[in-house]
Amino acid sequence: MTRQMTGAEMVLQALHDQGVDTIFGYPGGAVLPIYDEIFQQDRIRHILVRHEQGAGHAAEGYARSTGKCGVALVTSGPGATNMVTALTDALMDSIPMVCITGQVPTHLIGTDGFQECDTVGITRPCTKHNWLVKNIEDLPRVLHEAFRIATSGRPGPVVVDIPKNIQFQTGTYYGPKSSTKSPGYRTSAYQPQLKGDEAAIRDAVALIAAAKKPVLYTGGGVINAGPAGSRLLRELVKLTGLPITSTLMGLGAYPASGPNWLGMLGMHGTYEANLAMHDCDVMVCIGARFDDRITGRTDAFSPTSKKIHIDIDPSSINKNIRVDIPIVGDVAYVLEDMLKVWKQTQPTQDKAALNAWWQQIAVWRAKKSLGYRRSKDVIMPQYAVERLYQMTKHRETYITTEVGQHQMWAAQHFGFEEPNRWMTSGGLGTMGYGLPAAIGVQAAHLDALVCCIAGDASVLMNMQEMSTAVQHELPVKIFILNNQYMGMVRQWQQLLHGNRLSHSYTEALPDFVKLADAYGCHGIRCEKPDALDDAIAEMIEVKKPVLFDCRVANLANCFPMIPSGKAHNEMLLDEDATDDAIGSAISAEGKMLV
Amino acid sequence: MIVAGETRSAYFLQEEEKRIETHTLSVLVDNEPGVLARVVGLFSGRGYNIESLTVSEVEHEKHLSRITIVTAATLQVLEQIKNQIARLVPVHRVIDLTHIGDAIERELALVKVAGKGDHRVEALRLAQAFEAKTVDATLESFVFELTGTPSDIDRFVKLMTSCGLVEVARTGLAALSRGKDGL
Repeated sequence: MTRQMTGAEMVLQALHDQGVDTIFGYPGGAVLPIYDEIFQQDRIRHILVRHEQGAGHAAEGYARSTGKCGVALVTSGPGATNMVTALTDALMDSIPMVCITGQVPTHLIGTDGFQECDTVGITRPCTKHNWLVKNIEDLPRVLHEAFRIATSGRPGPVVVDIPKNIQFQTGTYYGPKSSTKSPGYRTSAYQPQLKGDEAAIRDAVALIAAAKKPVLYTGGGVINAGPAGSRLLRELVKLTGLPITSTLMGLGAYPASGPNWLGMLGMHGTYEANLAMHDCDVMVCIGARFDDRITGRTDAFSPTSKKIHIDIDPSSINKNIRVDIPIVGDVAYVLEDMLKVWKQTQPTQDKAALNAWWQQIAVWRAKKSLGYRRSKDVIMPQYAVERLYQMTKHRETYITTEVGQHQMWAAQHFGFEEPNRWMTSGGLGTMGYGLPAAIGVQAAHLDALVCCIAGDASVLMNMQEMSTAVQHELPVKIFILNNQYMGMVRQWQQLLHGNRLSHSYTEALPDFVKLADAYGCHGIRCEKPDALDDAIAEMIEVKKPVLFDCRVANLANCFPMIPSGKAHNEMLLDEDATDDAIGSAISAEGKMLV
Repeated sequence: MIVAGETRSAYFLQEEEKRIETHTLSVLVDNEPGVLARVVGLFSGRGYNIESLTVSEVEHEKHLSRITIVTAATLQVLEQIKNQIARLVPVHRVIDLTHIGDAIERELALVKVAGKGDHRVEALRLAQAFEAKTVDATLESFVFELTGTPSDIDRFVKLMTSCGLVEVARTGLAALSRGKDGL
């Protein structure tokens, strides 16, 4: 399809042709022509945020919960710079996002014009790719290519920077299919490999079949591989009987209620997951990247295992941890081939060894490492997450989080049964992610229950987006575990800095119930464990956005924990976490780490 | 075939792999705005070294440029560097010429010397010995053009310091593999 239209029209047409139904944005001088086009159409819904960072995180939430590409639209200068955190967040967590930014007209570029900044320069290291479109002929091709790059291979954010005069200019529009005929089209060098190497897959199957103490370690790549990724993973677990753990980003790919589930691994992972990683003889890493939050001390990481690593990004392989069988490919393609080989070869497993392994795991599980001291007087934060889970698990529930202790408690105590139901900032650890992400999720799933498990400090970072939720009638539930501290900062100060709590106590928190009232949403406060269920029920029933001020035990800490610089088998459990143990948990070398 | 639990993991090889090697990478990229910034930004952002960098368009119709980078790192990091460059969207191919072995490596230098009397005679004689061309001459100075391996140029420049060296401009390395195959 080719048609004459303005650059601004092309943007809307390309979004429509790419199947976009919702975008998140904020207008400004350099995108006014595009906003004028938005005004004159009704195919694409625009959600007006209150700060550009919110638009970015909302687009991420939308993308993560639907498997589609998130789209954000912001103006030049501050609009673009405010987007940098969200772009970096999406890059770290491999979230597909197209961000369109306005730019000063081409003749003013480089003159330090009003609201000019070097958007492609600033966003180069925090995007998968970016473009400044200086000719109208390039615009349709770049817009379609932007979606292809964002969504294919290892997904990520891209920026298309469009000067204002280009938005006004008229040119020929080419659709996604005819875009190869547009002027300046060249076959892209970027063609990610989807299918894994057959010989490597056969080796991997043989290694798994011969394993005596195997473990599956899965990550966000399974979820990015689409519904097939999770389905095939579940089939593999069923067929092989392997124990399975997952990173923060991979929760839900395998159901938390599944018999082979060990819980999350890593710094705040379960005892059984981390010890299985440490003691295993074969580790199968599927769509995860051996992040420092997972490995702990790398020179003591799983010292006796052979490692298989499936990843679509070749640069993830051997980056932090050396592996024995690398398989570059899309998780769904590789798992499908592995299952095929397994079924063809019908390998015999060492049942006796596997039974012994499961018995060992049962011993570790019996530690009940997620246990905590219960209380009748104050709400324990873990208890709050548990109750929220119990009262919402029969619904279509989506959970987002901010970053900190509450995030880890949510990951530990909320059971995720399906992929795409859990949105959290893993790699970048962005406080302020959860509230706008919840808005993005709710915009994609209007009838679902969307709940942001938040901390009192994080939630204030993008609190202004409550106004967005109210305007667009997106009834997100912001469940704040309010302990009046930056809990994770305080926990680290206790571990590292002799309990000197420098600036981790928020002395002047707002009254969240009154704040809810001010925004025109619904406020709830709960201070006692026996009132919690009724309060959660009220939160679910209210048809408006809710700010839920859940007053929890102020000084609770997040365990189990692998202190910095320690190995998987040196975990600190809640029951052992005396003041002395906490004060001496991290060595001088570990203190250097983050 | 790799057998479970038989050998220890690869970390115990780390000691011997800590040796730093200098390698020459050849990178074929789309000649589009910002492509060099992407490659250079990758090196600075991830803490890799650049010892030399040469870039120019090599195929105008196909909009292709070749970037030649000399970098020093452990073998494991060199593998990372290659993979990280390869995943940049405009990059077509990356090869490690040093790994392939015996690549042709050349650099061009312009060397300015100034002086009178013996210094001047000595400078000219050394330039002839190195087969450097004299591209500018005044009564008090010469500019020599020398093409060779980086170590040839290092040696020439070192000798010129005692003959009134004023300044040096070097192009950085251009390199190709031997034989019939291209990148």
